[in-house]
Amino acid sequence: MTQTLLAVPLYRLAHGRSGDKGDISNLSLIAWDAECYDVLAEQVTESRVAQWFAYRHPKRVTRYALPMLNAMNFVLEGVLDGGVNDALNLDTHGKSLSFRLLDMTVEVSPELASRLPDIPGDRPAAA
Amino acid sequence: MSQPPLLIGCASGFSGDRSDGAAAVVRTLAARGGGTLIFETLAERTLALAQLARNDDPNCGYEPLLDELVGPILADCLRDGINIVSNFGAANPPAAARRIAELAREQGLPVPRIAVVHGDALNGPEHRALLKERLGAALDGLDIVSATAYLGAEEIAQALSAGAQIVVAGRVADPSLTLGPALAHFGWDPADWPRLGRATMAGHMLECGLQVTGGYFCVPGLKEVPDVHAAGFPIAEIQADGEFVIGKAEGTGGAVDARTVKEQLLYEVHDPARYLTPDVVADLSQARVVELGGNRVAVHGITGHARPDELKVNVCYRGGWLAEAEISYAGVQAEARARLAADIVQKRLGADYKLRADLIGAISILGDDAGAMRRATPDSHARDVRLRLATENADRALAERVLREVTALYTCGPAGGGGVRTALRPRLNMMSCTIPREAVRSGWNFLEEIAP
Repeated sequence: MTQTLLAVPLYRLAHGRSGDKGDISNLSLIAWDAECYDVLAEQVTESRVAQWFAYRHPKRVTRYALPMLNAMNFVLEGVLDGGVNDALNLDTHGKSLSFRLLDMTVEVSPELASRLPDIPGDRPAAA
Repeated sequence: MSQPPLLIGCASGFSGDRSDGAAAVVRTLAARGGGTLIFETLAERTLALAQLARNDDPNCGYEPLLDELVGPILADCLRDGINIVSNFGAANPPAAARRIAELAREQGLPVPRIAVVHGDALNGPEHRALLKERLGAALDGLDIVSATAYLGAEEIAQALSAGAQIVVAGRVADPSLTLGPALAHFGWDPADWPRLGRATMAGHMLECGLQVTGGYFCVPGLKEVPDVHAAGFPIAEIQADGEFVIGKAEGTGGAVDARTVKEQLLYEVHDPARYLTPDVVADLSQARVVELGGNRVAVHGITGHARPDELKVNVCYRGGWLAEAEISYAGVQAEARARLAADIVQKRLGADYKLRADLIGAISILGDDAGAMRRATPDSHARDVRLRLATENADRALAERVLREVTALYTCGPAGGGGVRTALRPRLNMMSCTIPREAVRSGWNFLEEIAP
């Protein structure tokens, strides 16, 4: 019997922070534990992240895996409208982009979902 | 018997950070036998702003909060043998050093041995020729405010080894503020890349202040942090092999745990196997962290590789005018009225007029300058929305037009717009390149060796 999977936002499995250098943003994605990390490793691919940030037209998205930290680091090139000195965005650094990533959904078993932290009533942004 | 660890505390993560954190760091260092206190105060553009201040007044151009940062802890540091290392010299390290000597005299203290690092400013004609070679036509016609190279840890280490109690630098790479004291303390070979890589990442953990002690980490309901309003500044314990433990000042709020450490470890990192600084290419691809309890986390597995051949240079130049104007809408169709107001202003200024529109309260900072996300996002019927319109232009009068148009919405509509605020400010833009190390003649002197 196939189990029905649940779509849950990444913030239930992981945390992260944005950093900026010029027009490049890096977004860390750090799983709570190895079990959550396996979900990220399988589902949070470069192409999905590129798609999720398509409106910021990344020139390239690279994923670096750090399994010993249960973490990965995404490097998004060309997504800051020129960077801190050139962009018209209030958030010229792209500090908020890590929280955009944390709204992306992954599919997990109901059993795992029941053990993850949650913010009742929160409705993450759609794609 | 193994050498005791070197303790390095950091009491500022950028120019504009809280300035009341040093006392708890110094108390903790003193109680544990001394160490080094660092202040990181230079973001990418801070130095250009400092250069403008120095142009106006030759005694200015260093960190404006210098008195506030150093004054309260100077006596304790000198008494307890705690060295101070910082880039708060900004565009005028000698003036900062003179001010610290003056502070010591004002407080009735013996004037400390203060070292001043020089060579980061690339103001000579030969430097401009080199930058022209590297940046090419992009440099033509620019009104350059500052050009500075990122120096490494070498000068800091030499000055401390020669007996400096305080080292004042301008542009040095942030982690070099930590690596310098470690090099001087342990006497490492400057080509011992694994040790340099580890101490560099210790510096990376410290250089953003509260980012590693729970401040820029907490999320209610997901990542709670105790007493975050009073979070302490971080302290690294560096061992003779470069391995390190991250902790924080005693008697403070905040938290240091595996999660806070991991977030900062990967902050502003691209390829984790190649984190570039002037001193070393640090490699954290095999890093792991171990919670020791009591807000202490050990970081293992870091190594390093031979330093880059060239030094990074930032060139800051005057970049025209940034104009921003805001107006608020509330109640029924508030978001629709804000969207209409943006359309009205764009139509009146013409389709070619570069304009960014943010619907604060509905969709703002996540969007792109071109507005693709805003247009793709349906009206969410937000009922309290602030419209922000922004543009930039080399021509001040053209930049100002958007301010006039938004102000006119007071009577021209849509209905119920209120709370207009407008701002116009000059921009500083920046570009970067690298140059050969030989082109940068860096060094250091004791303050008394420098002509006033």
